[in-house]
Amino acid sequence: MKLIFERSVKGRKAVELPKLDVPLQANLIPEEFIRQELDMPEVSELDVIRHYTALSRRNFGVDNGFYPLGSCTMKYNPKINEDMARLEGFSQLHPYAPEESSQGALQIIYELQQYLKEISGMDAFTLQPAAGSHGELTGIMIVKKYFESMNEKRTKILIPDSAHGTNPASATLCGFECVEIKSNSEGEIDLDDLKSKLTKDVAAIMITNPNTLGLFERRILDAAKLMHDNNSIVYMDGANLNAMLGIARPGDFGIDILHINLHKTFSTPHGGGGPGAGPVGVKKHLERFLPKPSVEVVDKKYRLNYNLPDSIGRVRAFYGNFGILVRAYTYIRSNGFEGIRAIGENSVLNANYLLAKLKKHYHVPYNRTCQHEFVLTDKYLSNDVSTNDVAKRLLDFGFYAPTIYFPLIVHGAIMIEPTETESKETLDAFAEVMIKIKEESVNDPEILKSAPLTTPVSRLDGVLAARKPILRYERTMALNEPTH
Amino acid sequence: MKYIGKIPEELKYTKEHEWVKIESAHGVIGITDYAQHALTDIVFVELPQVGKKAGQFKPLCVVESVKSVSDIFAPVSGDVVEVNDNLSNNPEHVNQDPYGIGWIAKIKVFDESEVKNLMNAEEYKKYLEGLEH
Repeated sequence: MKLIFERSVKGRKAVELPKLDVPLQANLIPEEFIRQELDMPEVSELDVIRHYTALSRRNFGVDNGFYPLGSCTMKYNPKINEDMARLEGFSQLHPYAPEESSQGALQIIYELQQYLKEISGMDAFTLQPAAGSHGELTGIMIVKKYFESMNEKRTKILIPDSAHGTNPASATLCGFECVEIKSNSEGEIDLDDLKSKLTKDVAAIMITNPNTLGLFERRILDAAKLMHDNNSIVYMDGANLNAMLGIARPGDFGIDILHINLHKTFSTPHGGGGPGAGPVGVKKHLERFLPKPSVEVVDKKYRLNYNLPDSIGRVRAFYGNFGILVRAYTYIRSNGFEGIRAIGENSVLNANYLLAKLKKHYHVPYNRTCQHEFVLTDKYLSNDVSTNDVAKRLLDFGFYAPTIYFPLIVHGAIMIEPTETESKETLDAFAEVMIKIKEESVNDPEILKSAPLTTPVSRLDGVLAARKPILRYERTMALNEPTH
Repeated sequence: MKYIGKIPEELKYTKEHEWVKIESAHGVIGITDYAQHALTDIVFVELPQVGKKAGQFKPLCVVESVKSVSDIFAPVSGDVVEVNDNLSNNPEHVNQDPYGIGWIAKIKVFDESEVKNLMNAEEYKKYLEGLEH
């Protein structure tokens, strides 16, 4: 398929700008600042529409089909969220508008913080961080600032071996040394290993609960107590919060700092469809370190408070990805108290239903009731068929692939998260295809190794792309020639 | 069938699948054939800086494959005196020849007695056979 640049024809255009109605000023911009050639595609409106419509047909999203990408909570995002975010009062609001004329937007921010506090059991929130990893960074900056305020030098952060890769990245960026904690045979944090590594210079632990194996850390209270007895902080990566919505609250089981992914748990768009939002909640003793400005209510008026001397400062321009906050607010308000709990319950029910259907056919490394997701392995596949082959073959049946080869502690991991929004019919269809693929690994391994066969492109050279990435378009062919 | 790969007799091995070859107070370090096979195609090697002090079994540098990003741990303590700059443009050398042109760094060894904490070829082979995967 051609790039939009390659569709360019000299002189072709989609819009006619109005005639200049003021006198043309010469030399407004000094010569040296004017670029001679701007490599912009010259295309008609129809060219643009066809090009992007063609691209969108090659795309796959949750609106197209089942998307069981583990640890990513690819639930359906209700369209009412989009309607609300597009209300003119929100979408046309200038970020520099004075407080008096942006009361509605400030109210949304304030109330969303209240809802997240109630759902998570934390005492205060910032909505500024623009992604989960950004939330982690913000959280660890708060850890750093906290120990600085106590004049204490703590250099280490404990991270379980099943953690998301962003955890050690966030800790390292803040100048901490990461110390790995092993998982035990049940797939949970090994408390003895934790104890042996819990020295006086440990600032915090970064824990994910449920963890990336989709298992609840049943000894979270013991782990938190060990940390608190050492005056260390318990940080929770809330990427998997979906499983416990309305059932358990991190603030009630010893968590001091928590980030939440609105784009996972609260149905706002992901990744390329983003931007995301990674609010951070803290307990009372850490509130003064949160980013500024905060949103407060004074005399029934919402205002921004910049007078926070202990704050780690701003972590994002303005107030975060505001449009995303409106979507999450809408989701919480449309579900209400009971709806929120049903989300948690059904996400766990759906995952366990699928697990029960698949565990006779695929090896399950930790055979327990799971939370919102579960992990299978490649162990029972025949003829050298790999996890990657299974993932590729799923595309032929119109499903997106699960997360593969993660967590790293499971060989050939296939991590499946169905989410609560999928019907029994979809789960049954997916299970049937997974079982069929297992049979193909015995009877027809070649088809698995050459899959996918029905997608616009088959196997891409991921190794070449990683070793020699081409990150931006460069004019490599003669443009301005008519294309058909 | 589990892949064990080549295990040269003259090298010493870690549980994290690094090898070291000690000669006249210097150690050349790399990852084992088993490790390169398990990581699959390596796409980037973040080499340590010359002058870095490596601690035994402490992270020395990082290799990135299409599957994962992994720490490489130093088999023995010492100062990094040389790194294999070729890997910056040819990370695939680690896959092609992990014990040869795919070496990663050379360190000046502080304490040769640390070698007693490492496995010889036979012990490493047994260790690999005992691993679950």
